[in-house]
Amino acid sequence: MDVELLEIAEHLRRFEPFDSLPEDLVRHIATQVDVAYYKAGSTILTFGDAIHEVYFVRSGAVEVFRRNGLLYNRLEEGALFGQMSLLMHNKVRFPAQALEDTLLYIIPEETFHQLCDEHEAFADYVELGDRARLRQAVSRAQQSNELMRTRISDLIGREPVSIDSSASVFAAAGKMTEEGVSSLLITAIAADPLPTGSVMGIITDRDLRTRFIAAGLPLDTPVAQIMSQDLITVEAQHLVFEAMLLMLRYNLHHLPVMRSGRAVGVIALSDLIRYESQNSLFVVAGILRAQSVDELTGLKEQVDASFIRMVNEDANSHMVGSAMSVFGRSVKQRLMELAQDELGKPPVPCCFLALGSMARDELLPGGDQDHALILDDSYDPARHDTYFKSLATFLADGLDACGYPYCKGGIMATNDQWRQPRSVWKDYFDRWISKPTNEAMLHSAIFFDLDGVWGQLEWVDELKEFIARRAQGSPRFLAALARHATRRTPPLGFFKDFVVEQDGKHKDSLDIKRRGTAPLAALIRVHALAVGSTAQNSFERLDDIAAAQVLPTGRTHALRDAMEFMSMIRLRHQAYNLQNGLEVDNKINPEELTPFDRRNLKDAFQALSNAQKFLKFRYQGGTATIKRT
Amino acid sequence: MLYLRPDRKQPQSKDWPALFAQQAATARHPLLQTYYRAGVVKPDTPLAEVPLLALDIETTGLNPRQDAIVSIGLVPFTLTRIRVSHSRYWVVRPQRPLKTRSIVVHGITHSEIASSPDLAAVLPDLLRALAGQVVVVHCRQIERQFFALALQRLWQEGIVFPVIDTMELEAQHVRTGIRDRIAHLFGRNRRSIRLAASRARYQLPAYRPHHALTDALATAELLQAQIAHRYDPQRPVAEFWR
Repeated sequence: MDVELLEIAEHLRRFEPFDSLPEDLVRHIATQVDVAYYKAGSTILTFGDAIHEVYFVRSGAVEVFRRNGLLYNRLEEGALFGQMSLLMHNKVRFPAQALEDTLLYIIPEETFHQLCDEHEAFADYVELGDRARLRQAVSRAQQSNELMRTRISDLIGREPVSIDSSASVFAAAGKMTEEGVSSLLITAIAADPLPTGSVMGIITDRDLRTRFIAAGLPLDTPVAQIMSQDLITVEAQHLVFEAMLLMLRYNLHHLPVMRSGRAVGVIALSDLIRYESQNSLFVVAGILRAQSVDELTGLKEQVDASFIRMVNEDANSHMVGSAMSVFGRSVKQRLMELAQDELGKPPVPCCFLALGSMARDELLPGGDQDHALILDDSYDPARHDTYFKSLATFLADGLDACGYPYCKGGIMATNDQWRQPRSVWKDYFDRWISKPTNEAMLHSAIFFDLDGVWGQLEWVDELKEFIARRAQGSPRFLAALARHATRRTPPLGFFKDFVVEQDGKHKDSLDIKRRGTAPLAALIRVHALAVGSTAQNSFERLDDIAAAQVLPTGRTHALRDAMEFMSMIRLRHQAYNLQNGLEVDNKINPEELTPFDRRNLKDAFQALSNAQKFLKFRYQGGTATIKRT
Repeated sequence: MLYLRPDRKQPQSKDWPALFAQQAATARHPLLQTYYRAGVVKPDTPLAEVPLLALDIETTGLNPRQDAIVSIGLVPFTLTRIRVSHSRYWVVRPQRPLKTRSIVVHGITHSEIASSPDLAAVLPDLLRALAGQVVVVHCRQIERQFFALALQRLWQEGIVFPVIDTMELEAQHVRTGIRDRIAHLFGRNRRSIRLAASRARYQLPAYRPHHALTDALATAELLQAQIAHRYDPQRPVAEFWR
């Protein structure tokens, strides 16, 4: 006899995926469940045990771990777990433990399978919720992530509080207290070089502590003296995730929000935290706080965990790539500081460069550590090279220990060639552009995606400008780059089927990076350099390319979708590998994709193939046919 | 409400197997004979291995001599698993008239009862479900007295069964110590040992009270939590049953 327990049915119905099931059915499910209480700290599932049930968290909190003991996820009321283990030969793959006193509703296997078979929404939810495998198309993923949907303007609660630049710090602190804000915008007065009333800078609670009290300045110090200048701001119509990236990137806690050049508010880090449950911001804070290389090395697990969570939460590839690059950049910055604790300050100014995917904000787990050092022109090898060589070694070893392997192509500052003064670097780029040899083309794929990480960052901006100007005016270089970019074609056969490896370890798989995302990034780079763009990220480059209208209508859009889709397949594959303790690679077996994804992937490859043909056609015969006016 | 108060001093645990053997010999009604013959687990059985049965009844009022049973909920369980899927629930026509005041409490209405069986009709099923199990209730006096008196009225003989009382277990921990004695002495509010308040102590969710089946489930969850937090599940059942 089925006895109805409304208490259980009504609770289930409040949560996905039960909320999409018919009411009668949920009431029936409620008659099938068992219940168990777990005290905080007790084990719920042990790796390798047989499992014939799915668990629903009625109250409390549960932590799910990977086989190697790393935290994989933290579940609260309404979450399901165990379904993945059930789908995989009924063996527990993710051990689980009660984090708090926890009450579980336990759904038997037969009921679970029946629900999966008969209700598509239920099957979708349980497979996607845990499996994190190659599924879902681009648009749906973007809709589901709140960070990707919410506009910054939605977060602005009040007009920004500001004070004239001539006011004293004392007055500023008084105003902040009175208004109950943790930051204050500083506006220009007539005597300032900026237009009166425009925002010149910002001060925060922290500035008051570090730059004012700690410095022992008098109360009548003008506020302009302690403010942060060269403000980094965000546009009100941008998405929340862009604000988060800026804060991560520049380690900011307050960000002025602008609309048509006017400050309309300030958002604080705390405003964003609720948008990401497992916060990347904390990972960055942890990296920047690490007191030793060992401690930094220990954070790799958090970086990986953050990556898996972002992929599972359907973040798009731009977001994941940016966040991973921010992590990598933070590690580089922190290593640079730790190196100086050991070796002392650099004897001449320098700039530490990120190259390749990290510079493009497209770094993924397992990406090489590609980097270089630009030194001041006053650099004297006899006196300074010992220092910089030790510095480079410290950095390279540290990065390798932190999970950024040595660059197989030797693109590292440890290599004498890539640890040079500014003038030499300028010559390098000049030569690569004016004499586009094969070697130059190989280098271009890495060195033409560059970003400053630590030190004299303005040198890198100058270099980017220099490259953009020189490349745009060098048709021979662009033609060589185009030829180089089209050497690797997407793995599509004559009949539009996938071409996979025939034997070896990766039989039946294709390399989605080598034959997909990398050639597409290369192709985008050619177009970007041709239009004089200084952007590094592929999506941002596509924006510049679209604005310059050098491609047929709709073509940039197709490339964007192709990039996003291939990246997404790659991200999910890597997250899956990480979660299961497998080696992280880019080998996709098309047979393991859903028919829907297979079709999309073919479309993406086709778009790449078409774009490569177009590029060849445009630059055929060694001279660019772009008509520049 | 004298019987709502837990016993002040710990009563001696009965020798239930012996008592059951004796009752099996003396009980007159065949259903009761069968029930007692099923016996109970040995007193030294670890609690973790005992088949338990959470039981709750709703009644027309609080006085077992004047009021009667309206509904019965049973949930079989062990310390590791509550078998909601095997729970039983009956609404019965009370032997005494339904009072409007109690309808407010348990929500069972006259019309619902009109179509329900008499307690006598569900007793065979109920006794079969109880056989061999150790009953778990929150406040044992109520269930014991109502059952004994109901059977007395029907069959002119009562019933005894071993019971683990989650309210008593809670009282042992919450209503001890000098603070509680002082509070009691000065008539201040002592810490509640009612079902919902006890459950909250173990972070168990709030359930709507006064449904016999929900309360039985709530009691089963509470015992699991109490044992997980305060007792060794390997202790013999004799230390828990009364």
